[in-house]
Amino acid sequence: MQSFVMALRSIGANKMRAILTMLGIIIGVMALVVLVSLVSGTTDSVTGAVSDLGTSLVTVTVSDDKGKPIHLSDLDDWTKEPDIGLISARTSSTVVGKHGADYDSVTVYGTTPSYYDIQGLQLSMGRWLKSSDQKNAAYVCVLNDAAATELVGYTDCVGEKITLNGVQFTVVGVLEENEDSLTSMLTSGMLMAYIPYSSLIRLTDSVSSDVTTFYISAAEGSTVDAAADAMEKILMERFDEDEDAFDVDASNMLEEAMNSVTSALSILLGGIAGISLVVGGIGIMNIMMVTVTERTREIGIRKAIGASRGNILTQFLMEAVVLCMMGCGLGIFLSWAILQVVSTVTVSAGLTFSLNMGVVGLAVAFCFLIGVVFGLYPANKAAKMKPIDALHYGG
Amino acid sequence: MIQLKNICKYYQVGDDRVRALDHANLHIYPQEFVSIIGPSGSGKSTMMNIIGCLDIADAGEYLLDGLPIESYSENQLAKIRNEKIGFVFQQYNLIPKLTAEENVELPLIYQKVPKKERMERVKEALNKVNMYPRAKHLPTELSGGQQQRVSIARAIVTRPKLILADEPTGALDSKTSKEIIDIFHDLHAQGNTIVLITHDGGIAKQAQRSIHILDGQISEVTL
Repeated sequence: MQSFVMALRSIGANKMRAILTMLGIIIGVMALVVLVSLVSGTTDSVTGAVSDLGTSLVTVTVSDDKGKPIHLSDLDDWTKEPDIGLISARTSSTVVGKHGADYDSVTVYGTTPSYYDIQGLQLSMGRWLKSSDQKNAAYVCVLNDAAATELVGYTDCVGEKITLNGVQFTVVGVLEENEDSLTSMLTSGMLMAYIPYSSLIRLTDSVSSDVTTFYISAAEGSTVDAAADAMEKILMERFDEDEDAFDVDASNMLEEAMNSVTSALSILLGGIAGISLVVGGIGIMNIMMVTVTERTREIGIRKAIGASRGNILTQFLMEAVVLCMMGCGLGIFLSWAILQVVSTVTVSAGLTFSLNMGVVGLAVAFCFLIGVVFGLYPANKAAKMKPIDALHYGG
Repeated sequence: MIQLKNICKYYQVGDDRVRALDHANLHIYPQEFVSIIGPSGSGKSTMMNIIGCLDIADAGEYLLDGLPIESYSENQLAKIRNEKIGFVFQQYNLIPKLTAEENVELPLIYQKVPKKERMERVKEALNKVNMYPRAKHLPTELSGGQQQRVSIARAIVTRPKLILADEPTGALDSKTSKEIIDIFHDLHAQGNTIVLITHDGGIAKQAQRSIHILDGQISEVTL
């Protein structure tokens, strides 16, 4: 405490120099805090927008069913869980689709009625698969826009008959072409047909009634994470607590891709800002060296009247750390001010920025560390002075 | 109190080895007022540094209050200086950015004396040298004589066994010098042991005992 007061006084004795010394730390802290806060603020609002699109769903894949395969009826039971909303199984197979003389390779998805809502699909005409289609394993299909135009020849093709693997299906609906979603970008130009799960089992040998991939959505008022947790619990119990038997993935691809980009950006910018903090630390060390030389006589006096090495070391180390922490505090305050100003400008675009507390904590810890590391050498130099040499320094 | 036995101290100047102290023997008893006199370059500053535990002799034995000083570490010596010795320097050696009061308080801070007791003892010490009314002044706001009084207050605040004064009047006019010497007389009368180093015979004579030092050799003159 006493050394803290002493440090404040000797910093206060040379205010201009103290401010110039702190400038390096101030700029470093500002760079770190502002940049990372900007990135995380942008990320938050964009991911917020992405999850508003309703694309958040949980994908479950089973790799080892331990002799207890999952059937469609199990999925129906699980929808009774409070956190789980809808569950839909999906399996796929690639078959030859024919319409008249035209034929093409078509990806056929066998799925259940709830798939439509879980995936947020949009019909342009006709209807989606019904539970009665599922029950009867009816030969009905819903085509995507590409399949309708490429295979049938026109989009308004509800009621047309196509054959898949030689079995005749009636087109009951056509999906809207959705150019915005990531999934449609990845599958653009692919011919796709959605048929009842039970129909696909009958259509190909490669698909059995054991469900290996299914999607769940969160119940209203619950979160995707809660739904994933509930699912995981059920499956752990079913598969003898073997967490490698299945995979519950709650993140959607777009969010994941964006998160990895923004976290890489944060690390990069934070790293650059960190370098400027280190440079600021070198400035502190430089000025502490000057201070120690300037105050050689004072060190001599203090030692003569009984200051131990530890006393002197603490005094100068404290000064360096206090200098750093003052710079850090000022830097954080200025960062806050800058973010406020930026927010008032960008608020019309729906973006607001606030201090990212994580990075503020990091900045404080880093500044403290820099104060200690760069203060230690000068402080030790001061502490090691012989009282007699120090006392007679410069007269 | 102080016992120097065959103390030697050498300095390397270029190729020459200069003997600053050559087998010096000295005995100072408790509550004595002793002056050490010698021209500049005679080794009296070296003597003062060794007696004050600021420096260690190259050879010989030094007992301060029964403690063999050679065997102590640097930090232990700092503690001994803090508790047993009060320094008064020619250049006052006050810390310029601390007030008179804070300068006097400093050795007590290093002794970890509680705040309340510190303030009482600082007040008492400053009163002894009639400087309490100027306690809040910085050294630069005080005259030379006043600064020297503050530094005496700093020396006595720890109630040391030994007060060691190195040319305390060297930078002062004769009138102020007399006032400072009077303070030393008072302190002596109160039972303090005082060693005063000077090159001024007039001041040296005021002590009970005067020790001459020349070219590192000691000869004693009893007054």
